[in-house]
Amino acid sequence: MPNMSLKKNPMPSQDPVERASNFKEVALGYTKEMALDEAQRCLSCKNKPCTKGCPVQIDIPAFIKKVAEEDFEGAYDIIAKDSSLPAVCGRVCPQENQCEKYCVRGIKGEPVGIGRLERFVADWHNENAKEAPVKPASNGHKVAIIGSGPSGLTCAGDLAKKGYEVTVFEALHTAGGVLVYGIPEFRLPKAIVQKEVDGLKALGVKIETNTVVGKTVSVDELMSDEFGFEAVFIGSGAGLPSFMNIPGENLKAVYSANEFLTRINLMKAYREGADTPIKHSKAVAVVGGGNVAMDAARCAKRLGAEHVYIVYRRSEAELPARREEVEHAKEEGIEFKLLNNPVEILGGEDRFVNGIKCIRMELGEPDASGRRRPVAVPGSEFVLDVDCVIMAIGTSPNPLIKNTTEGLDTNSHGCIVAEEETGKTSKDMVYAGGDAVTGAATVILAMGAGKTAAKAIDEALSK
Amino acid sequence: MYKIVKKQELNPTVTLMSIEAPMVARKALAGQFIILRVDEDGERIPLTIAGYDRKGGTVDIIFQVVGATTEKLNHKKQGECIQDFVGPLGVASHLEGLKKVCVVGGGVGNAIAYPIVKALHEQGSDVTAILGFRNKDLVILEDEFRAASNNFIICTDDGSYGEKALVTEPLKRLLESGEQFDEVITIGPIVMMKFVTKTVQPFGIPCIVSMSPIMVDGTGMCGGCRLTVDGKTKFACVDGPDFDGYKVDFDEAIDRGSMYKAFEAQAREAACNLYKMEVK
Repeated sequence: MPNMSLKKNPMPSQDPVERASNFKEVALGYTKEMALDEAQRCLSCKNKPCTKGCPVQIDIPAFIKKVAEEDFEGAYDIIAKDSSLPAVCGRVCPQENQCEKYCVRGIKGEPVGIGRLERFVADWHNENAKEAPVKPASNGHKVAIIGSGPSGLTCAGDLAKKGYEVTVFEALHTAGGVLVYGIPEFRLPKAIVQKEVDGLKALGVKIETNTVVGKTVSVDELMSDEFGFEAVFIGSGAGLPSFMNIPGENLKAVYSANEFLTRINLMKAYREGADTPIKHSKAVAVVGGGNVAMDAARCAKRLGAEHVYIVYRRSEAELPARREEVEHAKEEGIEFKLLNNPVEILGGEDRFVNGIKCIRMELGEPDASGRRRPVAVPGSEFVLDVDCVIMAIGTSPNPLIKNTTEGLDTNSHGCIVAEEETGKTSKDMVYAGGDAVTGAATVILAMGAGKTAAKAIDEALSK
Repeated sequence: MYKIVKKQELNPTVTLMSIEAPMVARKALAGQFIILRVDEDGERIPLTIAGYDRKGGTVDIIFQVVGATTEKLNHKKQGECIQDFVGPLGVASHLEGLKKVCVVGGGVGNAIAYPIVKALHEQGSDVTAILGFRNKDLVILEDEFRAASNNFIICTDDGSYGEKALVTEPLKRLLESGEQFDEVITIGPIVMMKFVTKTVQPFGIPCIVSMSPIMVDGTGMCGGCRLTVDGKTKFACVDGPDFDGYKVDFDEAIDRGSMYKAFEAQAREAACNLYKMEVK
């Protein structure tokens, strides 16, 4: 008899007041009892609507059934067939817009906590699995992967399992891409990412950090006889930060979210005695309403800011961030200044930020995105007293590879043009996927693209 | 890990290191830079490439001890390793076609000026080098510069060596005497580059400056190194480090460079104290 409770088992989490001053993980994960109870809520629908909502089509009812039977390793095996990074996706996937959105239980009540169960299974596996992955016999083919974010790691893993000799090139000093420089420790502990990377190394994947493709070496060189790679997958992400181009943006203590988060997450600037500096501010304005804005705001709070404002030009309904992240931010005391748009950043004589001038907005007719267009209310300017501003208004692909690879087509946004079904680009044996192709999107979509390309590369090279 | 194959003190505060980094050495060009971390949890700092040996697979860096990271780096011995070394980053200096060039360097900036002088000399350009130092004890690479330049002028702030002058004085003199340079290239403290630019401007000669702002990744990701050039925001790491001196907003660049001044002073003191404790 299924568990007919209308509510999900709530996620145990750190107390909001306590967590707002530490960088430890916020969500603590289900206990075994909670997982068993939640798994009982699944109706095992024959047509599996949830699976259709999953970008990598995990057989969700099948893995939940294994959980209900207390066969957690069996559940892991089912997830691992389609997902290379379950511990990551269980934490950062926007399940409410994917699998859980289509869950039948969500029609009357809350959907099954699929993401929470995925995380439970992955964590259980990481803690209890004894067998280390074994390096398969080499098939003699060499493939280069550019970027060690979610798409690159996924593509590398899938190819390595098939016996390809895979080398991943990473520009930074640590593998993981946005999973290590962007997403904060309290949402995705770095030890989990490291575990995934170690798993790939055990499969024989080589990881070359400190290699900027487009500078240290070009795509064409990688495919030349000198290096001998037969195929290249570009998963270099969308790392170039956008600014608003308003006056005062180059004052001291105006950060791109990329810089602010990189200093904190990758460089550990939040730690006492860290070598990398970061400004500890009293009041911070974060401009933007996405997950990155929430991450930056919550980091600023943890660094000790008394007031942290989210300044967003549309209303709460349009916030692109996950609902859960918005709720977490509110619980931690982040103040939402919605329907406001910055027009100027103000500085003192010392050229440090001392305020941000905003104008109130109201929602007009829907625009091209289908959302109601924000329109400025004339004469409604006001100044918010802040000593730090963080711009979290989006990123686009870095042009380094585009500019140094002949015959690689990109679109007007600088995104690499690639076929959706294969990841094939305009250049022979060069594939691409993830944010480098789509512009900033989600971890799971990037993973899906990495899988697709791995399959296409395998088909091309095993001909 | 990247091995320090050679360490040489150029003056009491400036050190040269040759680092084993074949992938960087095979592509390095004058005007480009690298980013390094001394140890795990260390800070990433950019340093301009001072030389390279493609066959030997080494890259030279020259640095002055100014903060905690350079202090730590200076404590590394020949034969030891540093954690990370990535590059070559940035756009190489455009030197092709230049027949007669004046290179103006100041302080540790002269270390970066040297590979440019050398590259110009090797391509057969006529090079005038004007180097400025605070005093005689701080003079570096004099023999190397002399060997690679057609005209060599050295000045010190206190007159303890060469001419007692700021670099702008001999530069102005040469320009006024009718020297026709295709370009003036200047590398050193921002204030110096600002005044070199001002000195050259009336003569209508292009003036290229080498900017070295604060940065984290060096690949265009953080935007911390942004400058205003010709009214537009540029990232020094990918658009530079060389820019048209007439178009750079120097005052803003000077401001931005002081962002972490208090932190740096404190961090360096803390690093020094740590080494003092080790000595006991």
